Amino acid sequence: MGQLLVDLGVSLILVLGISQFRTPRGARTGNLTAAFALACAVAIVLARHSVAALPVMLVAGAAGIATGCAMALRVRMIQIPAMVAFQHGMGGVAAFLVSFVELVGQTGRSLSSLSEVSALLGLCVGTATFSGSMVASGKLAGRIRQTPVILAGHNVVLAALSIGCVLLMLAAGLADRAAVVAAVSATLFVVAAAWGVVFSVRIGGADMPVLISFLNATAGLAAALCGVAIRNQLLIVCGATVAASGSILTHVMCRAMNRSLTNVFAGLRPADAGLEAGPATRAEAITPSRTCLENSPLPAEPLVQPETMDPFSRAIEAVRSAQSVIIVPGYGMALADAQETTVRLAERLASMGKSVLFAIHPVAGRMPGHMHVLLAEAEVDYGMIRELKDVNPQFAQTDLALIVGACDVVNPAAIESQGTPISGMPILLAHEAGTVIVCNLDDRPGYSGVENPLYRQPRTILLLGDAKETLARLFRDLV
Amino acid sequence: MLDLLLMLAVFAAAFATGYVLISRVPAMLHTPLMSMTNAISAVTILGALLLFTGHARTMEKTLGAAALAAAAFNLVGGFVITDRMLGLFRKKGSTDPGE
Repeated sequence: MGQLLVDLGVSLILVLGISQFRTPRGARTGNLTAAFALACAVAIVLARHSVAALPVMLVAGAAGIATGCAMALRVRMIQIPAMVAFQHGMGGVAAFLVSFVELVGQTGRSLSSLSEVSALLGLCVGTATFSGSMVASGKLAGRIRQTPVILAGHNVVLAALSIGCVLLMLAAGLADRAAVVAAVSATLFVVAAAWGVVFSVRIGGADMPVLISFLNATAGLAAALCGVAIRNQLLIVCGATVAASGSILTHVMCRAMNRSLTNVFAGLRPADAGLEAGPATRAEAITPSRTCLENSPLPAEPLVQPETMDPFSRAIEAVRSAQSVIIVPGYGMALADAQETTVRLAERLASMGKSVLFAIHPVAGRMPGHMHVLLAEAEVDYGMIRELKDVNPQFAQTDLALIVGACDVVNPAAIESQGTPISGMPILLAHEAGTVIVCNLDDRPGYSGVENPLYRQPRTILLLGDAKETLARLFRDLV
Repeated sequence: MLDLLLMLAVFAAAFATGYVLISRVPAMLHTPLMSMTNAISAVTILGALLLFTGHARTMEKTLGAAALAAAAFNLVGGFVITDRMLGLFRKKGSTDPGE
């Protein structure tokens, strides 16, 4: 009974913490509240049980805490997705180790079938979360190739591994000798780990937010299964809450790309669904971008174009005359490390008396809400930030849309043409603004592979090249 | 059987509560949210600690130590990074625009 009250108390504090996630300030208190709840839970476990091998425990705990803190205090916001994926993996490791010991270590005491089944499931989910997260983290950190890796007969391999997992779980369940259970569980670990790797290698690029949200959910599920195995209600409560959170974020991300979960996980890259950009158009698109790249750092020699003014002077003119500006940042901004410059430019424009807003697409960045954090790191005033549905009606009355490193999320093909991979995806209506300035590295299609007609609109000024340099130059010339 | 039902009920109730609470979180806070829930999923640290209780054998202690280190890393790292991230959010200015 006492245990039940403790679990209930800790769960309530946790709920209180999560319910404060409405504003950044509240969320900070909420985060500390949740940390307090878990600290209490740890303290209670330690107080109630006599601990064997205290030194080992202290060393292990201290090592985890020290590395955790060191990494958490050092990472930059662009590395957050990789860091979070790595932490999901560590959660997976803990879940599968606890499940494994429960399975193997206590066979003498004859585990109830419920505990055994959930320990086996916990082992599987925990292991797959671990290996999948390591792949995701490696991709996000740029340590392994970020593009989807598709094996020959990818689905067959995945199906075979799934069947392998099920058979091994059955075998472990039926075996009654500890040594056999241990051997089968160890094999299960290898197979489930392979499953996680095969599952996540074929997801890449702009689909990463879906993968990372999904791994969030499975990490929660693994904790909950682990809780059933060791009969700890608190683990179930926390695990279920996290699973709910991960599911919501997965759903939000899929909806923002107008894609189904199976579509993302089957590795159907949007580009494969309908090849809009043939190789010829791509090749043509690359040539002008090269020219601009080479010319952009030389302001002394303006590009002489026969029919029009040089795009940079046009851009300066457009920025000067605009009364209202909406900035659309994409992940390209972070790749060019141009967050600071973008935010400083926004502040400069605001100080000139213009109305300045940031419009953020839900999938901008590499995890849900990533763009907000990237801009926060550059000390943006978050009062300037607007979500897709709030900002879209405003584009038509806006003089200037400034796009920094974004392509698919402002591609009007999503609403104007049928049958493209991004048709039906909600986009930011930047093309409705009076003038559009695009500060992208090149004018090639984004992740979806769909050509962006916005680039060829007469009201669009293309400033191709490194966004940080382009924006810094705009900033200087505005004075 | 009763056990199974009870645990399923606990799971369902927590999932439902979490779902209601979290669907109200604004998109601006999604990254800190994920990073915090990630820390919460390291509640498996309790399971790792329990491995050290009673008659822990060498195998339990060794694997328990690994589980404990991983969970502690996830738990503390997750909360610290969330706090740091939320500390970056600021509204309307102490910073003077344009030097």
